[in-house]
Amino acid sequence: MFGTAIIVFREVLEAAIIIGIVSAATREVPGRMRWLIAGLLAGLIGSGIVAASTDVIASFASGIGQELFNAIVLGIAVLMLAWHNVWMSSHGAELANKARSVGANIREGRSECSILMVVVGLAVLREGSETVLFLYGIAASEGAGARAMLFGGLMGTLAGVVIGYTIYAGLLRIPMRWFFAATGALVLLLAASMASTAAHFLIQADLIPALASPLWDTSSALPENGLSGMLLHSLIGYDARPAGMQVIFYVTVLAVIGFGMKLAGKTRKPIRITGAI
Amino acid sequence: MKIAYLILLLLPFSVFAADADYRLMIKEHRFQPSELSIPAGKKIKLLIENQDATPEEFESHSLNREKVIAGNSTATIYIGPLQAGSYPFFGEFNEATAQGVIVVK
Repeated sequence: MFGTAIIVFREVLEAAIIIGIVSAATREVPGRMRWLIAGLLAGLIGSGIVAASTDVIASFASGIGQELFNAIVLGIAVLMLAWHNVWMSSHGAELANKARSVGANIREGRSECSILMVVVGLAVLREGSETVLFLYGIAASEGAGARAMLFGGLMGTLAGVVIGYTIYAGLLRIPMRWFFAATGALVLLLAASMASTAAHFLIQADLIPALASPLWDTSSALPENGLSGMLLHSLIGYDARPAGMQVIFYVTVLAVIGFGMKLAGKTRKPIRITGAI
Repeated sequence: MKIAYLILLLLPFSVFAADADYRLMIKEHRFQPSELSIPAGKKIKLLIENQDATPEEFESHSLNREKVIAGNSTATIYIGPLQAGSYPFFGEFNEATAQGVIVVK
């Protein structure tokens, strides 16, 4: 039961952290809760569909379908987060100032909401489908222990959600003056970390070269399967043994989005996001 | 879009695929063989056949690999080039029994 809880926690944690950060980052966008729930539901339904069609996806593109699928899902999420950050850099302060008189911003708020929905949906889809497969395996093979295992799964989910919510609640306590810079930096790191994971899948599929592999090895100092390693992995994309190509993806996305934010924010007081890592 | 573009752009790389195939089997939540020797400094193509009805996730922190393998199906994973040493792997969905190691010589 405990083992089940840990595995499910690991899967849920990543999605929960993404949802926590993104929903805090969009706190001033009107009607975002409805979109968040819509994204969550779409992601859950999608998880079931993806889990059920695992072998179909896997056999696609001569055996590397799963890697391609993951890389594409991550790629879309990176683009959405990039767009969110650039948009926030030019409209964020404006939105915050007129938080209660939404009128003119409603249309823009809506496109921001659909981004929120897509990012949440994709995060749940990716992590959820693995959890569904795992729990299905347990339900199918274990006889008497199945109920205890499923209970473990529930505990794991709960623990992941608690951490996601803690991050969300913590971010909301940040004074408004720093709020957009803080959430902007977190979303930026989230996007870079997703790009690195996408590179990881493309290397595994042998579509791109690994370059130096691994570039460094910090697995003894900060193992990825420990709690802090896991948290850092979800938050900033920490990898104990990254391939050179992953680092290139990470830094490129960081630089491109950071530059976009700078350009977009030029019209008003610029947000400082340099030196984030 | 950028990623899709990149994939297209880098497709030619996949031509230089591995020259030899290696095989692993999953049966009753165990890897067979549980130890696999591969040459150092070479990229290899590893085929993992899951003979169980339930899905398994091949995972290795030291190899930096993770892949879900549906029940009764075979998955392909590219590994290396690696330095000599031993690289443990496990089945995340059945960690108690599904353990193995790749020995690079």
